Amino acid sequence: MLLQQLIHGLILGSVYALIALGYTMVYGILGLINFAHGEVYMIGAYLAIIFLGILTAVGLTSQYLILSLFLAFLGSALFCGAYGFTLERIAYRPLQKAHRLSPLISAIGVSIFLQNYVMITQGSSDKVFPHLLPEGGIQIGGMIHLNPIQILILTVSLLLMIALHLFVTQTRMGKAMRATAQDARMASLVGINIDAVISTTFVIGSAMAAAAGVMVAIYYGVVNFSIGYVAGIKAFTAAVLGGIGNIPGAMLGGILLGMVESMGSSYISSEYKDLYSFLLLIIVLLFKPTGLLGEKVNEKV
Amino acid sequence: MLIRPLGLAVLWIGLLVLPFTGIFKATLISISLLVGGLLWKGATIFFHQILPLRKNPIGLIRLPRFTKAVTAATNGANPLGSLATQATLREGEFIYPKNIYLLAKRVSPKQAQIAGLLSLSIAPLLLNNYFIDVLTVAGIYVVLALGLNITVGLAGLLDLGYIAFYAIGAYAYALLNIHFGLSFWVGMPLGGIIAALFGLILGFITLRLRGDYLAIVTLGFIQIVHMVLNNWDRLTHGPNGILNIARPAIGSFSFQEPIHFYYLILSMGLLTIGTIVRLNRSRIGRAWIAIREDELAAEAMGIPVTRYKVLAFTLGAMYAGIAGTFFAAKFAFVSPESFTFLESVLVLAMVVLGGMGSIPGAILGASVLIILPELLRGMADYRMLIFGALLVLMMIFRPQGVMARRKRLNFDFYD
Repeated sequence: MLLQQLIHGLILGSVYALIALGYTMVYGILGLINFAHGEVYMIGAYLAIIFLGILTAVGLTSQYLILSLFLAFLGSALFCGAYGFTLERIAYRPLQKAHRLSPLISAIGVSIFLQNYVMITQGSSDKVFPHLLPEGGIQIGGMIHLNPIQILILTVSLLLMIALHLFVTQTRMGKAMRATAQDARMASLVGINIDAVISTTFVIGSAMAAAAGVMVAIYYGVVNFSIGYVAGIKAFTAAVLGGIGNIPGAMLGGILLGMVESMGSSYISSEYKDLYSFLLLIIVLLFKPTGLLGEKVNEKV
Repeated sequence: MLIRPLGLAVLWIGLLVLPFTGIFKATLISISLLVGGLLWKGATIFFHQILPLRKNPIGLIRLPRFTKAVTAATNGANPLGSLATQATLREGEFIYPKNIYLLAKRVSPKQAQIAGLLSLSIAPLLLNNYFIDVLTVAGIYVVLALGLNITVGLAGLLDLGYIAFYAIGAYAYALLNIHFGLSFWVGMPLGGIIAALFGLILGFITLRLRGDYLAIVTLGFIQIVHMVLNNWDRLTHGPNGILNIARPAIGSFSFQEPIHFYYLILSMGLLTIGTIVRLNRSRIGRAWIAIREDELAAEAMGIPVTRYKVLAFTLGAMYAGIAGTFFAAKFAFVSPESFTFLESVLVLAMVVLGGMGSIPGAILGASVLIILPELLRGMADYRMLIFGALLVLMMIFRPQGVMARRKRLNFDFYD
């Protein structure tokens, strides 16, 4: 029972972590909270339903399940990347020189817009996700039961996190990103195209959120236009918990948050499900104001 | 060369909406965007490039007839007059729109205030009950925006959970009234004090946190408050809320009609404005602005930073609490649904939209963001869609807020 709950927490946590990565990357580069990120995740979930619906109509899902799932992931990630790109162009780029609360408000505007846009085009009722993956699964040590969906979520999120880590540490663009996060002005002086870095950050973060959206849609089987809000808040909490702007911190924070939530709702009370994460956050911030892995920033005078 | 970026943008948007709307609607959206964009471009070209070339090389605005008299009268010692004479204006001539204020007779702030107050007092006599209610709600949000303006605009603390204090005030009055029969006139200050106490506690907890960490803790706070209101059935009746809260009364006169509440919130709003204006000009107000501009420098100048930060938090919370008690009294009903994070964001948007730290800005922002959705009500489903888009557009075209104050000095050695 305990182990099973831990697994559930791990799955929930890896989804939070994937969304939190988008928040933390944007924060690391721009120093801004991307309030529309939760909606990108919601759009990712909807796109998965739409794409899988098309693939089922074509008749691909019954024959090549893995391929069609892959296509749904890919399509959703591509489209959400495009949404993230557009979001940055509309809500952030024109406001680069403004006060830092201005992009916050424009991002909130985009968030309200996207929520209502999905509600108008897709209807306000719950959308049911097609039941695709087979039942069954594997037993580990007679204690833990993993079904195919859970295995899928764990592997995909692990792979994505490893890929992101490699991207940031090994590639030229990753290097440019780290340089921009450290000092944007200095980075532009040594010839880094800051605008391209910012765009890439938004695209990657949004693609990650899309993957999370697809997996949640498969896991729970229903999608609603308002899911982006709660998920966004939780993921943002996870990012802050790990130390905002810090990529491993977001992963750690997300998984920790998922575990605490799963444990709390099964052993204490599920009514206050959302309370545990915030209590954890407040306690951590009281003792370590920059989050678990965040570095202490010394202010220059 | 003008058409290409527009065409690409339209194509891009069409592609983005394609999976959600289908081919037919996506094409429709693209075409309407294209037409709109072309019209916009055409209008810009016409007004900025073609019109100025015709007849008058300087600008667009045709001087009205009385201008001559004004220019003549202000000749001489008046610096405005000398500027006007430099331009050697004649009747019917064209000048730059931005220079027109040199010639128009300026309305003093005092006159504007009196005119505003008069029209606000007379307005409800001419409006129906529905619009009076809209104005009353706008009044509540004016108080809220002014309170949040202390925390965010003056002291520079990003508070995302401001509505939590509003909820605390509303529930405090509701519970005190239901269980102990307290009247509104006792409940209102009490609600304010209770909310302020919560603000004090939260302020102390968040003392050590900076910037965005503070934002997330306040966000957590609104979530926690919302959750407690929803789940603590014995005290708050959960999602059903509390019914039959007593309306305010003076002697045998009871506040029942919308117009009664309108005048009540009008006087509460004026009281709020009065106190905040005085606060703003006091030593405390200047300390807050110093902290907002540069915390480190403020501390070096001997301002007890943490104490003033907590004070900003507490005072902001107090105004929210008072507004909350009014809300409970006006609608005689409170439920957790009214106190969500989205409401918090709405109040924040009012402050930013109006111009941070500006009192007229906060008032304007609150009025616009409450009245605008009402005007869009005819659009039904599209109301919030348009609202979101307008929020983005307003930020893009005026990022510093409508009534932003210009900074007096700007020392930035790097730029």
